[in-house]
This record gives sequence, structure tokens and C-alpha cells, in this order.
Amino acid sequence: MASFTTLISHAVLLSAENVDTDQIIPARFLKTLDKNGLGKQLFFDWRYLPDGKDNPDFALNKPEAQGAQIILAGDNFGCGSSREHAPWALMGWGIRAVISTSFADIFKGNSLKNGLLPIQVDAATHAKLVATVIANPKATLSVDLALAELTLTDGAKVKFPIDRFAQHCLLNGIDQLGYILGFEDKIKSYEASHA
Amino acid sequence: MAKTLFQKVWETHIVAEEAERPSVLYIDLHLIHEVTSPQAFSGLRARGLKVRRPDRTIATMDHSTPTLPKHLQVIDDEAKAQLSQLEKNCAEFGIQLYALGDSRNGIVHVVGPERGFTQPGMTIVCGDSHTSTHGAFGSLAFGIGTSEVEHVLASQCLLQTKPKTMEVRVEGTLGPSVTAKDIILALIAKIGTAGGTGYVLEYTGSAIRALEMEARMTVCNMSIEGGARAGMIAPDDATYQFVNGREYAPKGADWDKALERWKKLPSDAGAAYDTRVDIDAAALEPMITYGTHPGMGVGITKALPSASDFVGAERAAFEKAMTYMGLEAGKPLLGHKVDVVFVGSCTNSRISDLRAAASIFKGRKVANGVRTLVVPGSHDIKKQAEAEGLDRVFTDAGAEWREPGCSMCIAMNGDQLSPGQYAVSTSNRNFEGRQGKGGRTFLASPLTAAAAVTGKVTDVRTLG
Ligand code: SF4
Repeated sequence: MASFTTLISHAVLLSAENVDTDQIIPARFLKTLDKNGLGKQLFFDWRYLPDGKDNPDFALNKPEAQGAQIILAGDNFGCGSSREHAPWALMGWGIRAVISTSFADIFKGNSLKNGLLPIQVDAATHAKLVATVIANPKATLSVDLALAELTLTDGAKVKFPIDRFAQHCLLNGIDQLGYILGFEDKIKSYEASHA
Repeated sequence: MAKTLFQKVWETHIVAEEAERPSVLYIDLHLIHEVTSPQAFSGLRARGLKVRRPDRTIATMDHSTPTLPKHLQVIDDEAKAQLSQLEKNCAEFGIQLYALGDSRNGIVHVVGPERGFTQPGMTIVCGDSHTSTHGAFGSLAFGIGTSEVEHVLASQCLLQTKPKTMEVRVEGTLGPSVTAKDIILALIAKIGTAGGTGYVLEYTGSAIRALEMEARMTVCNMSIEGGARAGMIAPDDATYQFVNGREYAPKGADWDKALERWKKLPSDAGAAYDTRVDIDAAALEPMITYGTHPGMGVGITKALPSASDFVGAERAAFEKAMTYMGLEAGKPLLGHKVDVVFVGSCTNSRISDLRAAASIFKGRKVANGVRTLVVPGSHDIKKQAEAEGLDRVFTDAGAEWREPGCSMCIAMNGDQLSPGQYAVSTSNRNFEGRQGKGGRTFLASPLTAAAAVTGKVTDVRTLG
């Protein structure tokens, strides 16, 4: 897995709440055998007009959004289906972190396993971030995962909660399957006693 | 110490526990389907790993399979490639597959219980968020992502952080034509789509006890729509009766041993939950959703909320949903035009759901211009329905009687709404475009959906 240590980027504001994984990548694009190349289909039904052209009103299509690696989203981001295609599509577009007041459980777990960082902040910090991005869409935020800290444009630092194990894996690019397989003896003895 | 059902299942599946690390949890049953598994198998191959317990892994094809009986044409080459990849993967790794056309094929969450794989006290996972369905048997069942599918294939284990518990106590007696679907839609309307985030729900109370197993599955199925990865119901005689005699249920002395174990599963008196929500069953009416997430639901006779009922981001979300749905705030939904009726999905495609729908279709004709799809959850259900003559009731009324599959629940197989169309659907998600790009979904019970063959959103209780 790709490791994650620090990130410095401006953010795209996606103000909708309850952005579900059917919006992040519609189900008709799940007929793939691959994890790669899904960036094109990210937010497909919001991003393109019926004639296939870019929807100029959609946040990701704005000129200032280009190159952003952070999405600043509304509450309960990633709800709905368990499709890991959602973080794959976000990462395929270039996103490395999503900031919200809360995330759906499965989406959060899927993201952490792919090097996409869900950053949960309180409502006041969220409001401040939204105001910052509206005032200056190119305002730079920086993320330091080792410190679990987000630095806002004015220099203010905000801690964010992160599962210690997920943090450890992300920082060191540790793959969780390898970690599980390290318990082979215990798995064997569990199976022997539950045969 | 008094323990909850969840605690009992959790604790008996711990393989390893270390400080500041998630627990290593053993998985008893792993269900897979074509959409969320290909990348997991590629991962195994890349590492030269085997499937650790093919005997605990079951595969079915459901998401993109065609449901038109005459010409079972897969929609496109991509779907075809995905289906054949599943076939290859199962053959290579020795996994039992209910392929398209197999008489035991069906929707993954219908097949598990039907064949007797799903049993009380198990840990069950699938790369599908509605795995919560299986919690109806007192198992801990939840959806996982594709990376985790790979973990389970390779190790039969998952890394999990212990969730909190929420008791959802539903007391009282449901009124006429009020169903399990209405209980769960009412719960989600109450706690919101994130209300259960971080929790495992346990449904308790007299109204839950009174439900048949299929209805309990409907309730647990939509736990995820309230943000909870899993929902559980303690097993009782109804559970044991349902499991007993099924193909993969324990037999003979094994059955007796299993039963003894299962009877110890229900939460102990005085066991503590982290939080509790109460629902008064007698106060419920048939529910219907109006918006673009399952928490946007109301009693069918009620007026929709007004923008002024919300503040801030919630108000914006409400207004956005109203625009997408083309609805007027503050007005009731009753009488609103309906273009499509969909009876199906892992929420409501079991025999009792079809019987309920048929009781309304009987002697009626689908209104002009309304398209009605009835899609059974499995071949077994299809056969049973046909033996009871339900298929004739549907087709006589002018509905389409289809082959099993997910169908219009997720609109991957060609069964889909056209932009702007309104559907009353027994499925579980009303997200924008879920049932077809631009389509607009009202979620409801099979009774309420069937009542919409009148061409309008209808209170089933007012039909003669
Ligand atoms: S019926 Fe719908 S919700 Fe259920 S498994 Fe299929 S696509 Fe998912």
C-alpha cells in the first residue's frame, strides 16, 4: 500500500451532506476487473452534462479545483454501498484526503486501506475551513499524519482522530494482510479448537 | 457479567487481541459475488496465496445478471467478463458457485439463509453492505470492502475494532398493512443515515419477536441505511424452525449440539447497551421515502416537511433533494404520479413479500402507462411462487415476472428507470440515480409498492 506521511494541498469544497458511494462512482461503472483508471468516473453523474461535456457548475470542474488533493465535504461522507471503487475513484482523480465532520464506517475503513486519509473535524473547524476555501480556493492546508494534525491557512493547528493501527500502517506503508498472516499460529489453533 | 448477543458472538470469534491494535476476528462464512471480488482474487494471485477455507466461502452471481426469462443476454461485454472472471476464480480456488442459470442461484443475501449457510452465532461477511441481512439469525454479519475480501479469502480473518452497541426496542403491535419495512424506514427516519455509525444494532421488543424470519431479514437488511454496519436479532424458535432441515443446516446429533449453543446466544437479562432507541410499533403507519437518502421518509398520510423545518446544511440537503425529486415541500405524497413499480431486492424479494404484493395485485390491473417488475430473490422463491400461482396473479395484472437477481435495485443489468421517472420500489436505496440515471425512487413496503399499480402513490389501507 502507498504510504502517507504529509500532504500539502488546496482543497475542493463539495458542500453536499450524505454524499453516498453511488454518487462517488455510479454502480454502472463497477463492472471492472481493475482498481485503476476509475478517476474518469468519479462523481460521474454530477460531473458531466447529459451531452457528455463537463458540468461547469460542479466543484471538481472549476479551474481552481485542478490539482487539489483534498476534498472538503459535508457530513456523513461515503455512506451507502461498501464498494471500494469509491476510494479507488477518488485516488484515481488525485485525491489523497477527505475532510468532513463524519464518515460512513465502511468507506472510512476502505479509504484507510488504500492510502486515502479521512480527516474528521468538529463543526466549528469545518465551518472555518469552508469559509477559508470560499474566500480563497487556492488556500493551502497541510496534513501531518504522524502528528495527526491539520494546519489551516492561518497557521492554526487542529488535531484529528485517527485509529492508531491505521496510522501506523499508513505511515509505514504496511499492508494489513501481511500483518494478519503473521497470526498464522493463532489462526491454526483457533481453527483446531473450533473444528 | 451479563452480556449482549453481540458481545457473545464477538468474544467467541477473537483469534488474537493486542493493545492498540484491532482484534483479529475469525469469519465463519464468506459470501462473494461478481462485482466486489475480482480485484481481491487478483491480489491473491499476485502474492501466490490460496483461499484458506474454500469450504466456508460461497459465491453467487446476482448484481449484473439478466432477469429477462426468454433471452438471458448479459447486458454488455464488461458484465460478461466480470461474470466469467468469477467463474474462473471459483474454479481455480475451489469455491462453490451458484452461477447464472444454476437452480440455486439468487441474490447473495437471499441464497445464504435459503440454503442454510446462515446460522445463529456466526460471523458472516460479504463485499456488500447489505450483509447485515444475515443478522436476523443472531449472527454478526457485515459488509466489507474488496481489500477485506482479500484478507478473508487469504486468512479467514479480519481486523476489526470493537463497535459499540445500540438497542433498538420496538414494542407493541403493528397496525394492519404496517410491515417490517415500515419499522426499519421509521427507524432510519428517526436516527438519520448516520445515527448508527460505529454501532451494531440489536433489535428487541415484542414487535420484533412477533415478526417471521423473512420480515426480520428485511429489518436487519437496512441497518446499514441507518449507518450501522450490522443489525442483529436474537434467535428464538422461529429462527431454529427456519434453519432446520435446510441443505447446509446441521443434522442429527450436530443439530442438537448447535441448538444447545444457539439457545445461549440471546442477550442476558440486564446486559448493557451503549445506547437505546425506542419505537412504538402501534404508532407506525406505512412509510414512504420522498428524498434522496433513506432517512428522508414519512408516514404515507403525512405531508412532506418544509424547508423551514431544517437549518443550515440539512436545509440545503433537503432543498437539493426536493429539486432532484421534483416534489413540492409541505405537500403529502399521496396521489403523486408513479411510472414504475419495482418489487424485488434483498430487502423484499422473498416469498412472503411476493405473497403480500400478490394480495394487492389480485383482481387488479396495472394502470395504463405504469411499468411493473416483480423480481424474485432466487430460483427457489421463483419456483415456490409459481407453485402457488403468484406468477399468474402478477402477469394477469399486467406486471412483468422476471428471473431472479438484483435487477432494478442497482440498475447494473439493464433493468433501470429512465431519467425523470418515478418508481415506488421495495428496495433499499433512493440515492440519486441508484435505479437508473435521473430516476426518482420512493422506497416502501411490498404492500405500498403494489398499491401504486394504481399509477399513484396510494395508502394501501384505503384500497377496497
Ligand atoms: S438487491 Fe440491491 S442491495 Fe441487495 S445485494 Fe443486490 S444490489 Fe445490493
